[in-house]
Amino acid sequence: MGERKLGATRRAVVFGSLVGGLAATISVERARATPAQMREAIRNVVGAAAVRKGRVELDVPPVVENGNTVALGVTVDSPMTATDYVKTIHVFNEKNPQPNVISVYLGPRAGKARISTRFRLADTQTVTAIAEMSDGTFWSATAEVIVTLAACVEEL
Amino acid sequence: MSRSTPSPCAVGRRAAAATITALLLLAVAGSARATDIPLDQRRSGYADLGRDSKAMQDDDTVNPATLWVLDGEALWNQKAGAANRACADCHGDATASMKGVATRYPAFSPARNGPVNLEQRINLCRTEHQQATPLPFESRDLLALTAYVGRQSRGMVIAEASDERLKPFIDAGRKLFTQRLGQIDLSCAQCHDDNWGKRLAGVLLPQGHPNGYPLYRLEWQGVGSLQRRLRNCLIGMRAEPYAFGSSEFVALELFLMQRARGMTIETPAVRP
Amino acid sequence: MARPLINVPAKVKRGRAFEIKTLISHVMETGYRYTTVGARIPRDIVTLFSCSYNGEEIFRADLSPAISANPFITFFTVATENGTLEFKWTGDNGFFETATATITVE
Repeated sequence: MGERKLGATRRAVVFGSLVGGLAATISVERARATPAQMREAIRNVVGAAAVRKGRVELDVPPVVENGNTVALGVTVDSPMTATDYVKTIHVFNEKNPQPNVISVYLGPRAGKARISTRFRLADTQTVTAIAEMSDGTFWSATAEVIVTLAACVEEL
Repeated sequence: MSRSTPSPCAVGRRAAAATITALLLLAVAGSARATDIPLDQRRSGYADLGRDSKAMQDDDTVNPATLWVLDGEALWNQKAGAANRACADCHGDATASMKGVATRYPAFSPARNGPVNLEQRINLCRTEHQQATPLPFESRDLLALTAYVGRQSRGMVIAEASDERLKPFIDAGRKLFTQRLGQIDLSCAQCHDDNWGKRLAGVLLPQGHPNGYPLYRLEWQGVGSLQRRLRNCLIGMRAEPYAFGSSEFVALELFLMQRARGMTIETPAVRP
Repeated sequence: MARPLINVPAKVKRGRAFEIKTLISHVMETGYRYTTVGARIPRDIVTLFSCSYNGEEIFRADLSPAISANPFITFFTVATENGTLEFKWTGDNGFFETATATITVE
Protein backbone atom coordinates (compact mmCIF):
# COMPACT_ATOMS: atom_id res chain seq x y z
CA MET A 1 0.00 0.00 0.00
CA GLY A 2 1.15 3.58 -0.54
CA GLU A 3 3.28 5.52 1.90
CA ARG A 4 1.16 7.44 4.42
CA LYS A 5 1.70 11.16 5.13
CA LEU A 6 0.62 10.53 8.73
CA GLY A 7 3.87 8.89 9.75
CA ALA A 8 6.08 11.71 8.49
CA THR A 9 4.01 14.48 10.08
CA ARG A 10 3.92 12.66 13.39
CA ARG A 11 7.68 12.22 13.56
CA ALA A 12 8.17 15.91 12.83
CA VAL A 13 5.82 17.03 15.60
CA VAL A 14 7.25 14.59 18.16
CA PHE A 15 10.71 16.01 17.42
CA GLY A 16 9.35 19.53 17.74
CA SER A 17 7.79 18.84 21.10
CA LEU A 18 10.98 17.24 22.35
CA VAL A 19 12.74 20.49 21.52
CA GLY A 20 9.95 22.55 23.09
CA GLY A 21 10.20 20.84 26.47
CA LEU A 22 8.02 17.80 26.70
CA ALA A 23 6.11 17.29 29.93
CA ALA A 24 5.57 13.55 29.61
CA THR A 25 5.98 10.75 27.14
CA ILE A 26 3.78 7.74 26.84
CA SER A 27 5.64 6.02 24.05
CA VAL A 28 8.48 7.09 21.85
CA GLU A 29 8.59 5.57 18.41
CA ARG A 30 12.05 4.10 18.54
CA ALA A 31 11.11 0.72 17.10
CA ARG A 32 8.99 0.49 14.04
CA ALA A 33 8.56 -2.39 11.65
CA THR A 34 8.55 -1.66 7.97
CA PRO A 35 6.76 -3.40 5.12
CA ALA A 36 10.16 -4.98 4.33
CA GLN A 37 10.36 -6.49 7.81
CA MET A 38 6.89 -7.84 7.39
CA ARG A 39 7.83 -9.45 4.08
CA GLU A 40 10.79 -11.09 5.80
CA ALA A 41 8.57 -12.38 8.61
CA ILE A 42 6.27 -13.82 5.99
CA ARG A 43 9.26 -15.41 4.20
CA ASN A 44 10.27 -17.08 7.47
CA VAL A 45 6.93 -18.80 7.58
CA VAL A 46 6.35 -19.45 3.91
CA GLY A 47 9.88 -20.10 2.69
CA ALA A 48 10.17 -20.16 -1.06
CA ALA A 49 6.54 -21.24 -1.64
CA ALA A 50 4.17 -18.99 -3.55
CA VAL A 51 1.45 -17.25 -1.61
CA ARG A 52 -1.84 -17.10 -3.48
CA LYS A 53 -4.58 -14.58 -2.86
CA GLY A 54 -7.92 -16.07 -1.90
CA ARG A 55 -9.71 -18.57 0.36
CA VAL A 56 -8.89 -16.38 3.35
CA GLU A 57 -11.37 -13.85 4.65
CA LEU A 58 -9.98 -11.16 6.92
CA ASP A 59 -12.57 -9.38 9.03
CA VAL A 60 -11.31 -6.14 10.54
CA PRO A 61 -13.18 -2.87 10.87
CA PRO A 62 -12.08 -0.37 8.19
CA VAL A 63 -11.91 2.41 10.80
CA VAL A 64 -11.26 1.93 14.52
CA GLU A 65 -11.83 4.35 17.36
CA ASN A 66 -8.73 3.20 19.17
CA GLY A 67 -5.73 1.21 17.99
CA ASN A 68 -5.36 -0.53 21.35
CA THR A 69 -8.18 -2.95 20.72
CA VAL A 70 -9.04 -3.86 17.13
CA ALA A 71 -11.40 -6.76 16.51
CA LEU A 72 -9.86 -9.37 14.19
CA GLY A 73 -11.60 -12.29 12.55
CA VAL A 74 -10.07 -14.76 10.10
CA THR A 75 -12.06 -17.39 8.25
CA VAL A 76 -10.47 -19.81 5.77
CA ASP A 77 -12.45 -21.67 3.14
CA SER A 78 -11.61 -25.32 3.73
CA PRO A 79 -13.62 -28.56 4.17
CA MET A 80 -11.51 -29.32 7.29
CA THR A 81 -11.44 -33.05 6.64
CA ALA A 82 -8.66 -35.40 7.71
CA THR A 83 -6.95 -35.00 4.33
CA ASP A 84 -7.82 -31.39 3.45
CA TYR A 85 -7.58 -28.87 6.26
CA VAL A 86 -5.96 -25.64 7.45
CA LYS A 87 -2.75 -26.28 9.39
CA THR A 88 -1.88 -22.74 10.45
CA ILE A 89 -3.07 -19.18 10.19
CA HIS A 90 -0.52 -16.37 10.59
CA VAL A 91 -1.42 -12.69 10.88
CA PHE A 92 1.07 -9.92 10.15
CA ASN A 93 1.14 -6.14 10.31
CA GLU A 94 3.45 -3.62 8.67
CA LYS A 95 3.80 -0.67 11.07
CA ASN A 96 3.81 -2.00 14.64
CA PRO A 97 7.25 -2.35 16.27
CA GLN A 98 7.35 -5.95 15.14
CA PRO A 99 5.52 -7.69 12.29
CA ASN A 100 3.84 -10.67 13.98
CA VAL A 101 0.35 -10.54 15.41
CA ILE A 102 -0.68 -14.13 16.07
CA SER A 103 -0.08 -17.64 14.75
CA VAL A 104 -2.74 -20.27 15.32
CA TYR A 105 -2.39 -23.99 14.79
CA LEU A 106 -5.51 -25.84 13.73
CA GLY A 107 -6.13 -29.29 12.30
CA PRO A 108 -9.01 -31.42 11.08
CA ARG A 109 -10.54 -31.46 14.57
CA ALA A 110 -11.29 -27.75 14.29
CA GLY A 111 -14.30 -28.33 12.07
CA LYS A 112 -14.27 -24.70 11.00
CA ALA A 113 -11.18 -22.63 10.23
CA ARG A 114 -12.45 -19.52 11.93
CA ILE A 115 -10.77 -17.62 14.73
CA SER A 116 -11.14 -14.22 16.29
CA THR A 117 -9.15 -12.09 18.69
CA ARG A 118 -8.39 -8.45 19.50
CA PHE A 119 -5.10 -6.86 18.60
CA ARG A 120 -3.20 -3.59 18.58
CA LEU A 121 -2.40 -1.36 15.66
CA ALA A 122 0.08 1.45 16.12
CA ASP A 123 -1.08 3.41 13.10
CA THR A 124 -3.21 3.19 9.99
CA GLN A 125 -1.79 0.22 8.07
CA THR A 126 -2.37 -2.99 6.16
CA VAL A 127 -2.99 -6.27 7.94
CA THR A 128 -2.13 -9.57 6.22
CA ALA A 129 -3.42 -13.07 7.04
CA ILE A 130 -1.75 -16.17 5.58
CA ALA A 131 -3.16 -19.67 5.83
CA GLU A 132 -1.07 -22.81 5.39
CA MET A 133 -3.03 -25.76 4.07
CA SER A 134 -2.42 -29.45 4.66
CA ASP A 135 -1.32 -29.78 1.02
CA GLY A 136 1.47 -27.28 1.62
CA THR A 137 -0.08 -24.38 -0.27
CA PHE A 138 -0.31 -20.87 1.16
CA TRP A 139 -3.23 -18.49 0.74
CA SER A 140 -3.59 -14.89 1.86
CA ALA A 141 -5.81 -11.86 2.29
CA THR A 142 -5.06 -8.28 3.25
CA ALA A 143 -7.11 -5.46 4.71
CA GLU A 144 -6.45 -1.81 5.39
CA VAL A 145 -7.38 -0.38 8.77
CA ILE A 146 -7.59 3.34 9.53
CA VAL A 147 -6.70 4.02 13.14
CA THR A 148 -8.10 7.16 14.71
CA LEU A 149 -7.02 8.10 18.21
CA ALA A 150 -8.84 9.38 21.26
CA ALA A 151 -8.55 13.14 21.57
CA CYS A 152 -8.07 13.34 25.34
CA VAL A 153 -5.62 10.77 26.59
CA GLU A 154 -3.90 10.41 29.89
CA GLU A 155 -0.24 10.77 30.74
CA LEU A 156 1.55 8.03 32.63
CA MET B 1 7.44 25.88 29.47
CA SER B 2 6.04 28.87 27.65
CA ARG B 3 2.69 30.10 28.99
CA SER B 4 1.60 31.91 25.87
CA THR B 5 1.38 28.75 23.75
CA PRO B 6 0.21 25.44 25.18
CA SER B 7 3.05 22.95 24.82
CA PRO B 8 2.10 19.90 22.70
CA CYS B 9 1.36 16.89 24.80
CA ALA B 10 2.95 13.48 24.32
CA VAL B 11 0.83 12.51 21.40
CA GLY B 12 2.13 15.38 19.36
CA ARG B 13 0.15 15.75 16.22
CA ARG B 14 -3.30 14.91 17.49
CA ALA B 15 -2.99 17.16 20.55
CA ALA B 16 -1.63 19.99 18.42
CA ALA B 17 -4.66 19.61 16.21
CA ALA B 18 -6.88 19.43 19.27
CA THR B 19 -5.38 22.65 20.63
CA ILE B 20 -5.87 24.49 17.35
CA THR B 21 -9.41 23.19 17.02
CA ALA B 22 -10.19 24.17 20.60
CA LEU B 23 -8.86 27.68 20.04
CA LEU B 24 -11.01 27.94 16.94
CA LEU B 25 -14.00 26.72 18.93
CA LEU B 26 -13.28 29.44 21.48
CA ALA B 27 -13.21 32.04 18.75
CA VAL B 28 -16.52 31.04 17.22
CA ALA B 29 -18.51 29.76 20.21
CA GLY B 30 -20.31 32.14 22.49
CA SER B 31 -20.49 31.56 26.23
CA ALA B 32 -21.55 27.99 27.10
CA ARG B 33 -25.19 27.28 27.82
CA ALA B 34 -26.00 26.27 31.35
CA THR B 35 -29.12 24.35 30.31
CA ASP B 36 -29.15 20.57 30.01
CA ILE B 37 -29.49 18.79 26.69
CA PRO B 38 -33.22 18.01 26.19
CA LEU B 39 -34.04 14.40 27.10
CA ASP B 40 -35.00 13.42 23.56
CA GLN B 41 -31.60 14.61 22.33
CA ARG B 42 -29.55 12.93 25.01
CA ARG B 43 -27.22 10.47 23.36
CA SER B 44 -25.15 7.83 25.09
CA GLY B 45 -21.56 7.24 23.94
CA TYR B 46 -22.78 3.76 23.00
CA ALA B 47 -24.50 5.17 19.92
CA ASP B 48 -21.16 6.34 18.51
CA LEU B 49 -19.35 3.04 18.97
CA GLY B 50 -18.25 0.91 16.05
CA ARG B 51 -19.99 -2.42 15.44
CA ASP B 52 -17.33 -4.46 17.25
CA SER B 53 -17.17 -2.23 20.32
CA LYS B 54 -20.96 -2.36 20.62
CA ALA B 55 -20.80 -6.16 20.41
CA MET B 56 -18.14 -6.13 23.12
CA GLN B 57 -20.38 -4.14 25.46
CA ASP B 58 -23.57 -6.07 24.75
CA ASP B 59 -22.23 -9.55 25.43
CA ASP B 60 -21.04 -10.34 28.97
CA THR B 61 -19.09 -13.33 27.66
CA VAL B 62 -16.84 -11.13 25.51
CA ASN B 63 -16.81 -7.89 27.51
CA PRO B 64 -13.36 -7.60 29.15
CA ALA B 65 -15.02 -5.70 32.02
CA THR B 66 -16.74 -8.95 33.01
CA LEU B 67 -13.40 -10.03 34.48
CA TRP B 68 -13.68 -7.11 36.91
CA VAL B 69 -17.35 -7.82 37.64
CA LEU B 70 -16.47 -11.43 38.51
CA ASP B 71 -13.70 -10.17 40.79
CA GLY B 72 -16.26 -7.89 42.41
CA GLU B 73 -18.64 -10.77 42.96
CA ALA B 74 -15.88 -12.71 44.71
CA LEU B 75 -15.02 -9.71 46.90
CA TRP B 76 -18.70 -9.19 47.73
CA ASN B 77 -18.75 -12.64 49.32
CA GLN B 78 -15.36 -12.43 51.00
CA LYS B 79 -15.14 -11.66 54.70
CA ALA B 80 -13.02 -8.60 55.42
CA GLY B 81 -11.72 -6.42 58.21
CA ALA B 82 -11.64 -6.76 61.98
CA ALA B 83 -15.38 -7.36 61.96
CA ASN B 84 -14.78 -10.35 59.65
CA ARG B 85 -17.84 -9.47 57.65
CA ALA B 86 -18.58 -9.75 53.96
CA CYS B 87 -20.79 -7.32 52.01
CA ALA B 88 -23.11 -10.30 51.57
CA ASP B 89 -23.51 -10.69 55.33
CA CYS B 90 -25.44 -7.39 55.51
CA HIS B 91 -26.64 -6.95 51.94
CA GLY B 92 -27.35 -10.55 50.97
CA ASP B 93 -27.60 -11.31 47.29
CA ALA B 94 -26.37 -8.29 45.35
CA THR B 95 -28.47 -9.12 42.31
CA ALA B 96 -31.48 -8.27 44.46
CA SER B 97 -30.26 -5.78 47.08
CA MET B 98 -28.10 -3.66 44.79
CA LYS B 99 -30.64 -3.40 41.98
CA GLY B 100 -31.21 0.27 41.24
CA VAL B 101 -28.54 1.56 43.61
CA ALA B 102 -26.26 2.96 40.90
CA THR B 103 -29.18 4.96 39.47
CA ARG B 104 -29.30 7.03 42.66
CA TYR B 105 -25.62 7.75 43.20
CA PRO B 106 -23.91 10.06 44.14
CA ALA B 107 -26.18 10.21 47.18
CA PHE B 108 -26.18 12.38 50.27
CA SER B 109 -24.21 10.99 53.18
CA PRO B 110 -25.08 12.44 56.60
CA ALA B 111 -21.71 11.18 57.87
CA ARG B 112 -19.94 13.35 55.31
CA ASN B 113 -22.56 16.11 55.25
CA GLY B 114 -22.34 16.00 51.50
CA PRO B 115 -22.67 13.70 48.50
CA VAL B 116 -20.59 10.57 48.13
CA ASN B 117 -20.17 8.49 44.99
CA LEU B 118 -20.48 4.73 44.88
CA GLU B 119 -16.76 4.17 45.46
CA GLN B 120 -16.82 6.35 48.57
CA ARG B 121 -20.00 4.63 49.78
CA ILE B 122 -18.30 1.25 49.47
CA ASN B 123 -15.35 2.56 51.46
CA LEU B 124 -17.68 3.98 54.13
CA CYS B 125 -19.14 0.48 54.50
CA ARG B 126 -15.64 -0.99 54.72
CA THR B 127 -14.49 1.37 57.45
CA GLU B 128 -17.71 1.65 59.44
CA HIS B 129 -19.21 -1.82 59.15
CA GLN B 130 -16.37 -4.14 58.24
CA GLN B 131 -13.69 -2.30 60.24
CA ALA B 132 -11.44 -2.68 57.23
CA THR B 133 -9.10 -0.20 55.59
CA PRO B 134 -10.63 1.75 52.71
CA LEU B 135 -9.71 0.54 49.25
CA PRO B 136 -7.50 3.00 47.34
CA PHE B 137 -9.18 4.91 44.52
CA GLU B 138 -8.68 3.23 41.14
CA SER B 139 -7.45 0.04 42.80
CA ARG B 140 -8.52 -3.17 41.12
CA ASP B 141 -10.58 -4.24 44.12
CA LEU B 142 -12.51 -0.99 44.38
CA LEU B 143 -13.16 -0.91 40.64
CA ALA B 144 -14.26 -4.54 40.75
CA LEU B 145 -16.73 -3.94 43.60
CA THR B 146 -18.07 -0.76 42.00
CA ALA B 147 -18.44 -2.49 38.64
CA TYR B 148 -20.23 -5.41 40.30
CA VAL B 149 -22.65 -3.13 42.15
CA GLY B 150 -23.14 -0.93 39.07
CA ARG B 151 -23.80 -3.99 36.91
CA GLN B 152 -26.89 -4.75 38.97
CA SER B 153 -28.47 -1.54 37.66
CA ARG B 154 -27.74 -2.16 33.99
CA GLY B 155 -30.74 -1.25 31.89
CA MET B 156 -32.31 0.86 34.64
CA VAL B 157 -33.05 4.55 34.29
CA ILE B 158 -30.97 7.20 36.10
CA ALA B 159 -33.20 8.75 38.74
CA GLU B 160 -33.88 12.44 39.26
CA ALA B 161 -32.29 13.59 42.52
CA SER B 162 -35.19 14.37 44.82
CA ASP B 163 -33.09 14.92 47.92
CA GLU B 164 -33.15 18.68 48.61
CA ARG B 165 -29.82 18.43 50.42
CA LEU B 166 -28.12 17.61 47.12
CA LYS B 167 -29.25 20.77 45.36
CA PRO B 168 -26.34 23.04 46.33
CA PHE B 169 -23.89 20.31 45.26
CA ILE B 170 -25.59 19.87 41.89
CA ASP B 171 -25.27 23.62 41.42
CA ALA B 172 -21.59 23.46 42.37
CA GLY B 173 -21.09 20.70 39.81
CA ARG B 174 -22.85 22.70 37.12
CA LYS B 175 -20.63 25.67 37.91
CA LEU B 176 -17.52 23.52 37.44
CA PHE B 177 -18.92 22.12 34.20
CA THR B 178 -19.47 25.55 32.69
CA GLN B 179 -16.37 27.20 34.11
CA ARG B 180 -13.45 27.88 31.77
CA LEU B 181 -10.34 26.08 32.96
CA GLY B 182 -6.74 25.44 32.15
CA GLN B 183 -4.21 26.80 29.71
CA ILE B 184 -6.69 26.65 26.84
CA ASP B 185 -9.34 28.37 28.98
CA LEU B 186 -11.93 25.85 27.90
CA SER B 187 -15.01 24.61 29.78
CA CYS B 188 -16.54 21.14 29.62
CA ALA B 189 -19.78 22.69 28.34
CA GLN B 190 -18.09 24.26 25.33
CA CYS B 191 -17.30 20.84 23.88
CA HIS B 192 -19.92 18.59 25.39
CA ASP B 193 -22.96 20.90 25.44
CA ASP B 194 -22.25 23.23 22.54
CA ASN B 195 -20.31 21.08 20.11
CA TRP B 196 -21.24 17.45 20.68
CA GLY B 197 -21.59 15.56 17.45
CA LYS B 198 -18.83 17.58 15.80
CA ARG B 199 -15.22 16.45 15.57
CA LEU B 200 -12.15 17.31 17.59
CA ALA B 201 -8.84 16.09 16.14
CA GLY B 202 -10.80 13.70 13.94
CA VAL B 203 -12.67 12.12 16.83
CA LEU B 204 -16.40 12.51 17.36
CA LEU B 205 -17.23 14.64 20.43
CA PRO B 206 -19.66 12.79 22.71
CA GLN B 207 -22.13 14.50 25.04
CA GLY B 208 -20.05 13.04 27.86
CA HIS B 209 -22.58 11.14 29.97
CA PRO B 210 -21.52 9.03 32.95
CA ASN B 211 -24.12 6.30 32.43
CA GLY B 212 -21.62 3.47 31.77
CA TYR B 213 -19.10 3.81 34.58
CA PRO B 214 -16.98 2.08 35.71
CA LEU B 215 -16.21 1.09 32.16
CA TYR B 216 -13.63 -0.65 29.99
CA ARG B 217 -11.86 2.06 28.05
CA LEU B 218 -9.96 0.82 25.01
CA GLU B 219 -7.40 3.57 25.60
CA TRP B 220 -6.71 2.25 29.12
CA GLN B 221 -7.10 -1.40 28.14
CA GLY B 222 -8.70 -1.77 31.52
CA VAL B 223 -11.62 -0.72 33.66
CA GLY B 224 -11.55 2.76 35.16
CA SER B 225 -13.81 5.13 37.02
CA LEU B 226 -15.59 8.29 35.93
CA GLN B 227 -13.08 10.32 37.92
CA ARG B 228 -10.21 8.79 36.00
CA ARG B 229 -11.92 9.77 32.75
CA LEU B 230 -12.52 13.29 34.05
CA ARG B 231 -8.83 13.53 34.93
CA ASN B 232 -8.05 12.61 31.31
CA CYS B 233 -10.34 15.41 30.15
CA LEU B 234 -8.71 17.92 32.47
CA ILE B 235 -5.23 16.91 31.35
CA GLY B 236 -6.39 17.21 27.74
CA MET B 237 -7.65 20.69 28.53
CA ARG B 238 -4.26 21.50 30.08
CA ALA B 239 -5.92 22.09 33.45
CA GLU B 240 -4.80 20.85 36.84
CA PRO B 241 -6.78 17.67 37.49
CA TYR B 242 -8.61 17.39 40.82
CA ALA B 243 -7.56 14.66 43.22
CA PHE B 244 -9.47 11.40 43.30
CA GLY B 245 -12.32 11.63 45.79
CA SER B 246 -12.15 15.45 45.93
CA SER B 247 -15.31 17.45 46.58
CA GLU B 248 -14.97 18.99 43.09
CA PHE B 249 -15.10 15.58 41.48
CA VAL B 250 -18.05 14.34 43.50
CA ALA B 251 -19.98 17.53 42.72
CA LEU B 252 -19.15 17.08 39.03
CA GLU B 253 -20.20 13.42 39.15
CA LEU B 254 -23.48 14.36 40.80
CA PHE B 255 -24.13 17.07 38.25
CA LEU B 256 -23.24 14.78 35.34
CA MET B 257 -25.58 12.08 36.60
CA GLN B 258 -28.38 14.62 36.86
CA ARG B 259 -27.55 15.93 33.40
CA ALA B 260 -28.01 12.34 32.24
CA ARG B 261 -31.21 11.62 34.19
CA GLY B 262 -33.65 9.60 32.17
CA MET B 263 -30.87 7.73 30.39
CA THR B 264 -30.15 4.09 31.13
CA ILE B 265 -27.21 2.65 33.04
CA GLU B 266 -24.84 0.63 30.84
CA THR B 267 -22.29 -0.38 33.45
CA PRO B 268 -19.83 -1.81 32.66
CA ALA B 269 -19.74 -0.07 29.28
CA VAL B 270 -17.04 -0.14 26.59
CA ARG B 271 -15.71 3.14 25.25
CA PRO B 272 -12.74 4.21 23.08
CA MET C 1 -7.61 -12.01 39.92
CA ALA C 2 -10.63 -13.46 38.18
CA ARG C 3 -10.34 -16.92 36.77
CA PRO C 4 -10.36 -16.95 32.95
CA LEU C 5 -13.74 -16.60 31.35
CA ILE C 6 -14.67 -19.52 29.11
CA ASN C 7 -17.81 -19.72 27.05
CA VAL C 8 -18.97 -22.93 25.40
CA PRO C 9 -22.49 -24.02 24.44
CA ALA C 10 -24.34 -25.98 27.14
CA LYS C 11 -24.97 -28.89 24.78
CA VAL C 12 -23.39 -29.70 21.43
CA LYS C 13 -24.51 -32.03 18.67
CA ARG C 14 -22.12 -34.88 17.90
CA GLY C 15 -20.03 -34.25 14.84
CA ARG C 16 -20.87 -30.53 14.72
CA ALA C 17 -18.26 -27.80 15.10
CA PHE C 18 -18.94 -25.45 18.03
CA GLU C 19 -17.36 -22.18 19.06
CA ILE C 20 -15.25 -21.72 22.16
CA LYS C 21 -14.69 -18.21 23.51
CA THR C 22 -11.91 -17.44 25.96
CA LEU C 23 -10.99 -14.30 27.86
CA ILE C 24 -8.24 -13.89 30.43
CA SER C 25 -7.09 -10.99 32.52
CA HIS C 26 -3.53 -9.97 31.51
CA VAL C 27 -1.86 -6.61 30.95
CA MET C 28 0.02 -7.73 27.79
CA GLU C 29 2.74 -5.16 28.36
CA THR C 30 4.38 -4.78 24.95
CA GLY C 31 7.91 -3.91 26.00
CA TYR C 32 7.83 -0.89 23.68
CA ARG C 33 6.50 1.63 26.20
CA TYR C 34 8.56 4.02 28.29
CA THR C 35 7.99 5.78 31.58
CA THR C 36 8.04 9.56 31.93
CA VAL C 37 11.73 9.40 32.81
CA GLY C 38 12.62 7.33 29.76
CA ALA C 39 12.94 3.92 31.38
CA ARG C 40 11.67 1.08 29.21
CA ILE C 41 8.79 -0.91 30.69
CA PRO C 42 9.77 -4.56 30.26
CA ARG C 43 7.70 -6.90 28.15
CA ASP C 44 5.16 -9.01 30.03
CA ILE C 45 2.84 -10.95 27.78
CA VAL C 46 1.07 -14.25 27.41
CA THR C 47 3.10 -16.07 24.77
CA LEU C 48 1.25 -19.35 24.32
CA PHE C 49 -2.37 -20.45 24.56
CA SER C 50 -3.52 -24.01 24.03
CA CYS C 51 -6.66 -26.09 24.38
CA SER C 52 -6.99 -29.86 24.81
CA TYR C 53 -10.13 -31.93 24.41
CA ASN C 54 -9.98 -35.03 26.64
CA GLY C 55 -6.23 -34.73 26.70
CA GLU C 56 -5.63 -34.21 22.99
CA GLU C 57 -4.52 -30.78 21.80
CA ILE C 58 -7.06 -29.28 19.42
CA PHE C 59 -5.89 -25.67 19.27
CA ARG C 60 -2.72 -23.70 19.88
CA ALA C 61 -1.79 -20.04 19.41
CA ASP C 62 1.46 -18.09 19.62
CA LEU C 63 0.69 -14.60 20.89
CA SER C 64 2.79 -11.49 20.27
CA PRO C 65 2.83 -8.08 21.99
CA ALA C 66 0.38 -7.02 19.29
CA ILE C 67 -2.41 -8.93 21.03
CA SER C 68 -4.51 -6.55 23.13
CA ALA C 69 -4.58 -6.61 26.92
CA ASN C 70 -7.00 -9.14 28.40
CA PRO C 71 -6.48 -11.55 25.50
CA PHE C 72 -9.67 -12.68 23.85
CA ILE C 73 -9.44 -15.71 21.55
CA THR C 74 -12.25 -17.69 19.92
CA PHE C 75 -11.99 -20.83 17.82
CA PHE C 76 -13.98 -23.90 16.78
CA THR C 77 -13.72 -27.62 17.45
CA VAL C 78 -15.81 -30.63 16.49
CA ALA C 79 -17.91 -32.25 19.23
CA THR C 80 -16.71 -35.84 19.42
CA GLU C 81 -17.62 -37.12 22.89
CA ASN C 82 -18.51 -35.97 26.40
CA GLY C 83 -15.53 -34.71 28.28
CA THR C 84 -13.37 -31.87 29.44
CA LEU C 85 -11.75 -29.01 27.64
CA GLU C 86 -8.54 -27.88 29.28
CA PHE C 87 -7.10 -24.45 28.56
CA LYS C 88 -3.55 -23.29 29.28
CA TRP C 89 -1.97 -19.86 29.11
CA THR C 90 1.80 -19.49 29.45
CA GLY C 91 3.74 -16.27 29.41
CA ASP C 92 6.64 -14.09 30.51
CA ASN C 93 7.77 -14.02 34.13
CA GLY C 94 6.54 -17.55 34.69
CA PHE C 95 2.92 -16.74 33.95
CA PHE C 96 0.83 -19.89 33.92
CA GLU C 97 -2.94 -20.14 34.12
CA THR C 98 -5.39 -22.97 33.43
CA ALA C 99 -9.13 -23.38 33.13
CA THR C 100 -11.51 -26.18 32.28
CA ALA C 101 -14.95 -26.52 30.78
CA THR C 102 -17.23 -29.54 30.49
CA ILE C 103 -18.62 -30.66 27.16
CA THR C 104 -21.93 -32.50 26.91
CA VAL C 105 -22.51 -34.13 23.54
CA GLU C 106 -25.95 -35.20 22.38
